[in-house]
Parts: sequence; structure tokens; C-alpha cells
Amino acid sequence: MINTFVGNFGHLSTLIAFVSALVTAFAYSQYFKANELDKPSWRRFSRVSFYVHAVATVMIAGSLFEIIYHQRYEYFYAFSHSSKALPVHYMISSFWEGQEGAFILWAFWNVVLGLLLVHTNKFWEAPVMVVFALVQAFLISMILGVVVGDLKIGSSPFILLRDATQAPIFEVNPDFVPEDGTGLNPLLQNIWMVIHPPTLFLGYASTLVPFAFLIAGIVTKRYAEWIRPALPWAIFSAMILGMGIIMGAYWAYVTLNFGGYWNWDPVENAVYVPWLILVASIHTMITFKKSATALKTSIVLVILSFILVLYATFLVRSGVLGDASVHSFTDLGLSGQLLIYMLFFMAVAIFLAVRAWKHIPSSPNEASTYSREFWIFLGAITLSLMAFQVIVPTSIPAWNALVESFGGISNMAPPAVQVEFYTKSQLWFAILIALLTAVGQFFWWQKMDKKALKDALLVPYIVAMLLAAAIIVVTKVYEWKYILIVLSGVFTIVANSVILVKLLKKSTFKLAGGSLAHIGLGMILIGIMFSSGYSDVISLNMSGLTYSNSWEDEMNKEHVLLWINKPTQMKDYTVIYRGRQKKVEGVPEYVPANLLASTGKVNQAVALEDYQTYFKKGDTLQLVLEENDYFKIDYFQNEKLQFSLSPMSQFNEGMGGLISSPDSKIYLDRDLYTYVAAMNDFSDPEWKEDETYEVTPGQQFHIADFVTYFDGVEVLKELEGYTLKEGDIALKAKIRVLDYDVEKILEPTFIVSDNQVGKLPVEDADLGLKISLENILPEQNKFVFKVNQYQKDYVVMKAIVKPYINVLWIGTLLMLLGFSVAIYRRFDEFVKMRDKGVE
Amino acid sequence: MKKGHVIGLGVIAIAIVIIMSSIGEASSYENFATALEMKQNGEDKAIHVVGKLKKDTSGEVQGIEVREDKTSFTFLLVDTEGTEQKVFYNQPVPADFQRSEQVVVIGSYRDKEIFVADKILMKCPSKYQETTVTAGNL
Repeated sequence: MINTFVGNFGHLSTLIAFVSALVTAFAYSQYFKANELDKPSWRRFSRVSFYVHAVATVMIAGSLFEIIYHQRYEYFYAFSHSSKALPVHYMISSFWEGQEGAFILWAFWNVVLGLLLVHTNKFWEAPVMVVFALVQAFLISMILGVVVGDLKIGSSPFILLRDATQAPIFEVNPDFVPEDGTGLNPLLQNIWMVIHPPTLFLGYASTLVPFAFLIAGIVTKRYAEWIRPALPWAIFSAMILGMGIIMGAYWAYVTLNFGGYWNWDPVENAVYVPWLILVASIHTMITFKKSATALKTSIVLVILSFILVLYATFLVRSGVLGDASVHSFTDLGLSGQLLIYMLFFMAVAIFLAVRAWKHIPSSPNEASTYSREFWIFLGAITLSLMAFQVIVPTSIPAWNALVESFGGISNMAPPAVQVEFYTKSQLWFAILIALLTAVGQFFWWQKMDKKALKDALLVPYIVAMLLAAAIIVVTKVYEWKYILIVLSGVFTIVANSVILVKLLKKSTFKLAGGSLAHIGLGMILIGIMFSSGYSDVISLNMSGLTYSNSWEDEMNKEHVLLWINKPTQMKDYTVIYRGRQKKVEGVPEYVPANLLASTGKVNQAVALEDYQTYFKKGDTLQLVLEENDYFKIDYFQNEKLQFSLSPMSQFNEGMGGLISSPDSKIYLDRDLYTYVAAMNDFSDPEWKEDETYEVTPGQQFHIADFVTYFDGVEVLKELEGYTLKEGDIALKAKIRVLDYDVEKILEPTFIVSDNQVGKLPVEDADLGLKISLENILPEQNKFVFKVNQYQKDYVVMKAIVKPYINVLWIGTLLMLLGFSVAIYRRFDEFVKMRDKGVE
Repeated sequence: MKKGHVIGLGVIAIAIVIIMSSIGEASSYENFATALEMKQNGEDKAIHVVGKLKKDTSGEVQGIEVREDKTSFTFLLVDTEGTEQKVFYNQPVPADFQRSEQVVVIGSYRDKEIFVADKILMKCPSKYQETTVTAGNL
């Protein structure tokens, strides 16, 4: 039965949310303009209107989740983003896999932030909420799904499958409900994908808060006062967005196969750029609070960070990137709407800022070289240029689209080797930033002149140089660019640690945010340099065999072919591929796949043998996603097993083939990162021609290159699945096949019943063998076996050592901690001022 | 000159350098004919070529030759102009390679015979455009 209620309810909520957003915007603007007498009633009305909007937005999210949770595959969204086999916690990921869900998530966070602002602000409520409500109207319009004439506004997540597709089955049976969905992209079936998108979207959403305060400040002619309430939110936004970026990087590292955490893909760049600008704006805002300079710069940067988030959304979700990005977001035909959304706020912000420009106070004196303003300003400029260097090439596809929309032809493509391209510029900016953070902090906390600066910097400088020299020598960093990174990174760590200690001695922890974040930055820089700059592919093909004797052999083969059970040398390790495994509910370790047989039901298998204490032969077991294969790879050193890794791959028909995920061995000072790039395809084996062997019991012979023993035959009294009658004969032959250190016992059965011969062949997928007992020659005491061969199981693997990657992760945690401390301090300031009645 | 002006000029100068280097290092979309021409003119820059895998009438992909150690392969790509070209890729065959609707190869000609791809981008049939809700989903 098709359930149309939830969808209609969701769609209705969408309409209510859209209309109430517009009403809220109007009501708050009236509240803002109204005289003191009318204000209370307008305020009440505005708030009620916003609450209605909030409830409606939550209802939209609730309806969509209901559709996914109750597996209502009559809805297109559930059908295309979810499946029966999906565990509940991944249904949450299904929610935001589609673009509509992502917009709902974004709108939801805006509502949460809006409610917080309504209840923490007095003076600012009205103008800030006008901006909020307008943004909400634009966001909700993305999922409106309303058609006016030829114009389609938004793409609704509540459309039924029969309306979304033209499948012929709906002509026969309009009430057809598919049994199962096409599933969630396996790459998103990861715990980081459950928490990364909400974090990122909270980051996106929160850039609206400083922007809204800024607009409110300009409109109310409080050109400078908006900074105090905006600042804690700007820091919050930078922290959350930064956290979202890091989570995304970590997710890429643990699930994607590109061999790292950052790829300079347009989608990554699109979040990195607004983050840089946001960080720059925080710095200028803090400067302004201390010394009444850099107000104009702050205004420009806050506007820019908000617009860049919209631009990022436009780039990523409009389809304009086309084949420039490996991330596939589909074009829902929203590009026009997204463009209008961005241009609207850009136009409003620029118009208001330009109109107010001459009224905005600016400091008449130029900052001295020994003032903190000067150094912070340099830092903000560097961050902005850093962002500029990334956004220009990232925008090439958008540029092409622009040229083509005016009838021109542009065949520019993004840089071919993007990682090298971006790294070689970003590296210099990063070194500069590290130096500025080291020096800048001293200016920040002390009045400086030439001599004071020398005194303050001398000790940290010497300590940093000694420490850096030690690191360089011990870890053998001989590349001069990398040496510079170590020097500047260590310098900022040492300098900021000195400040940190001084601050902690003198005053409270509340002031330590900046130095903590900067120490984190130094560690991030050093961690990136080591883990990326000295990442070492150890799976170089070392077999020494040349296959084609041509130029191809001179290219570095970064993958290694591992036949099952065959030891292969890989730098310091000997590795052996041991076969496929599955994840079984209730069993902490992976279970060899050949102990399990499918029952035909989703995620269910029956045990073919006992397995330790966990299950017995014949037990029915629940698999955790049956399509996941975990390839067991043993690592030996000096003949001793050190550890096993199990990189994963998933074959998903509905989703488009194979998707693999890496597995890493994590040490304190390095990660060994491995993934499977190609594997044997069992689904449709091409068996080679029949071979027959006539052997006597006890004889040794060869099947392909396997040493094989025929140990003899056994007469069976019982045979599973058969009832043996009087006079029937069942024989089981025992064949032992040796493959390196593994001995496989294969037992084909031969049955004679009512003068009919039955053969039960056995198949071994690992070795790629199928053996049946064909005939018995009693006179010669010989048994005839028919053997078919396929291919032995294999994987093609890549293994990379990433040194000191933990320094990077620890650095990011420190930076986030620094941000948190700063948020606390700045919000505290705002609350104190508000309660004094200042704002 | 004031310090502010120096900084301003410096920023403008760096911005110009950034734009110029972005244009200078930007790759371009070519077809195999123009890519070969570039190679013969001595330009070794990696370029993008958009194409489709060669398929026979029944839709089977043709011409994939995997090397014995399975860590590299060659395939036939037909560009938008219809030119067929043998392409070498020094990586294992990507998982959903055969299913891809469109392939972008980034690389350059090694010699007249063979184009070496440093990177391959694939556009796979998106499940969003899937109009076949078949009995498989029953």
C-alpha cells in the first residue's frame, strides 16, 4: 500500500515553513520600525511566526526521516538512498545523502541558531532575525517542489517514486511498491559520515550569525557595536567549520582509496576557502576590539566568508564542476536558484556596505611596524591570499560555464596534477602564517619596540632552532622546503608555548585560546609535512619480474599483486593474502567467508563449520552487510606474524560496482595504510577446459602447480541431503591440495543408486578449483577425477607508510580546544555587556 | 610612500601572480588529434581528453588489456570527434571502469601510438537517473 500521508504532510510542512519564513521576515522588519507602543505586539507576532517556522522545519525533517526509517520505498528519496540491509545508524546518513536532505539539515541548524539568538539578544533580535528569516526562505525554496508554469522551484524530497521515474511497471500497477531500495553509497556507510555532514552544515549555518549581526549593525548605524555579539559566533563558526573539514579529511583517510586525507578536490577547496577567510575575519575583529582599527577590513571579510559559503554551495551543488570533481553531486536543476540566492545576499551586503562606507569609523593613524595591528593585518592578508590562490583555479569550471553562457568557447581545465599545484603555493603561505603567529602573539600581549622584541624573541628563537635541528636530524628531513616547515612550525609552537605559560601564570585559562590554537597550527603543519611529504609507498612491485620488456617496466608500479597464500616481499615485511572474510554479528573478529553459505535472505548466512566458541555448524548467522568482503592480509617480519590488516570492498549492484575502503595499522609514530585496488571476480568464473586425472589411492600428483595427494576413499553410511536406500553406494574421496603452507582437503562424492551415477563435485574458490569423482576403475585400482580450473584468488594492493600522522590529528584537537576557549571568553564578554544594558 | 601603499601594491602584485600562474598551469580540454599535435610541437603538458570506452554492438567494452601483474592496463578510448586511441594507465583497472558512461583521461601522448594517462576520471551512470525500476526490486 502506498502511504501518501507522510509525503503530503512533509510537503505541507515545507509550504508552511516557506510562507512563515517570509512572514517572519516581514514581521520582524515591522517590529524593528514600530514605535515603542506597538513594539511588544509586533515582537510577540514575530516570535510566534518564527516558532511556527521552527516547528514546520522540524516537521519537514521528521517526515523525511519517517519515510527512510519505515522503509517506505514508494518514495523516491527512500528508494534511492536507503535499503533494507542498512543498519539504523546509517539511515541517518541516508537522510543527508541526497541534496534535499542536506538543505533540510542546513535549514534545521539555522532554526536552532535562530532560536538561540532570539533568546540571548535584546536589542539585536529584530534586524538579525530579518536576515535569518530571509536566508531560511531561500533555503526552504530549494526543497519546495512547486511548479509555476514552466518554472520549477526547488526539488521536493517527498515525491513518490512513480512520479519521479517513468518505469513501465507503474503503468501496469500504479500502487507498486518496490521491495527494497537501491541502498546508501557504501562510502557513506561510516561513522564519520554520520557526524561529518551535520558538523559541516552547522559550520555553514553559523557563518550566517556574524553576517546577520553585521547587516543589523549597518542598518541600525551601529557600525562598530555589532562586533561584540558577532565575535563569539564567528569563532564558533570557524571552530565548527574547521572540525567539519577535519572530520571530512579523516573520513576520506579511513574510507576512500585515494591514499590520503586531502586531495585538493574542488569540493574540499570550496570549504577550505571560506574557513580561511573566516579565520582572517576573527583576527581583524579581535584587533578592532582592542584598538579600534581594522573595522572596514572586518566588514569586508565577514561579508566575504558568508558569500563564499554560498559560492561553495553553488559550485558543489549546481553541477557546474561537472567532471572536474571526483565527488558526485547530482544536478537537481537548482543552479539558477542557488545563483539567485548567492547574488541576492551579495547585492544586499555590497549595497548596504557601500552606502554606509563613509560613516564607518576608521583609524586615522597608520599602524606602526611595532604594533600588533600591523602584524595581525599582515596575517589576515596572508590568509586571504592563501584563499585566493585556491579559489581561482577551483573556479575554472565556473569560468568556462560563464564564458559559454555568453556564447564563447573556453576549454580551460583545472591543473592536471592538483595536489602538487596547490601544495607548492600553499606551503609558502603556511610557512609565512606560522612565522606571523609566532611573532604576532608577542606583539599581542606586550608593548613592543625594537629592543623589547629582540629580548622577547631571542630565547624562543634559540630553543626552537635547537629543537627543530634535533627533529631534522633524527627524522632525516633533508628537503630544504620541508626543513623550512619544521623550523617555522617549531618556532610557532615554542613561541606560543612561552606565551601560554606566561598567561597561565599571570591570569586565567580564559585568555589562552589564541596560543593554544597557534600551537595546534604548528603541529598541523609539521604533521602534514611528514605524513604527506614523506609518505612512502612500500607496495612497489618488487617481484623483479619484467612482464613486457618495454618502457612500461620503467614506470613505478605502486601496486603489488598478491596471490592467495603466496608470501610476497614488501620492503620490511613479508605479506600473505589469506582470503576473504565477513563480519558476523556477535563475533568480534572477521570470519573466513568460506565457512559461511548464503541462505538467500538479506544479511543472513548459515555456518558450514564450527568457528571457535562463537558458532556451530548449521547455525543461522546475521551478517553485518553481506556485500562487504574483508581481505585478510598477514604481515610477517623475521618469519613472525606481526599483525593482520583487513581492507574492505563492497560489491553493490544498485550503486555501480565495487567500492573499497582501506585499513591501517596505527603506530604512535606512523600509520601503515593499505587498500585493495583490484580483486578476483568470482561472480562469473570462466572455467578452463576439463582435465582428467587417473590416480591410485596414496598417490601424489599435480593439479596445475599444486602438489596434490589422493589419500583414498571412504564408503559413506549417510549422506547429507540424500536418503541412501538399500543397495546404494556412496563414496567420498579425500584429496589434499597443498598451496604453500596451506593444506586444503577436498572431498568429492560419488553415488550409485538404481544403476544411476550421481556426482557431487566440490569447489574451492580460494584455489579456483572444481573437482569431481568421475569414475572408478576397479580393475586398475584407479579413480578418475575431473578437474576444472579457474583463477586462484588474488588481490592487488597498495600500502603506504605515513609517518607522524598523529602529530596532525593532535594538532587539530589542540586548535579546536583553542577555539573553544576563545568562544567561552568572547561570549562571556558579550553576556556581561548585555546584562549591563549596553546592548 | 606610506607603508599601507606598499602593502597594497604587494597584495595586488601577488594576486596578479596567482591569477597568471593559475592560467599558466591550467590544463585544457583537447581531443586526441589536437593532443597529438601538441605532443609533436614539443608540448608535454598534461591535458584532458573526454571520451567513451570502445564498445561493440552488444554494448560490451572492447580492447581492455590487463598486464600480467594486474597493476596496469591499456584500453581503447573514443574521443568526442570519434578518434579511437589506445591509452595506457599505470594502475589496476578501476572498479566500475567498464560501467562508466564517460571517461576523462588526464595525461599526454608518449609516442604516436600510445597515450599515457596519469589520472582517469569516470562518470558513472548515476542512480538518480535510473528509470528502470525492475523486477529485481520486487
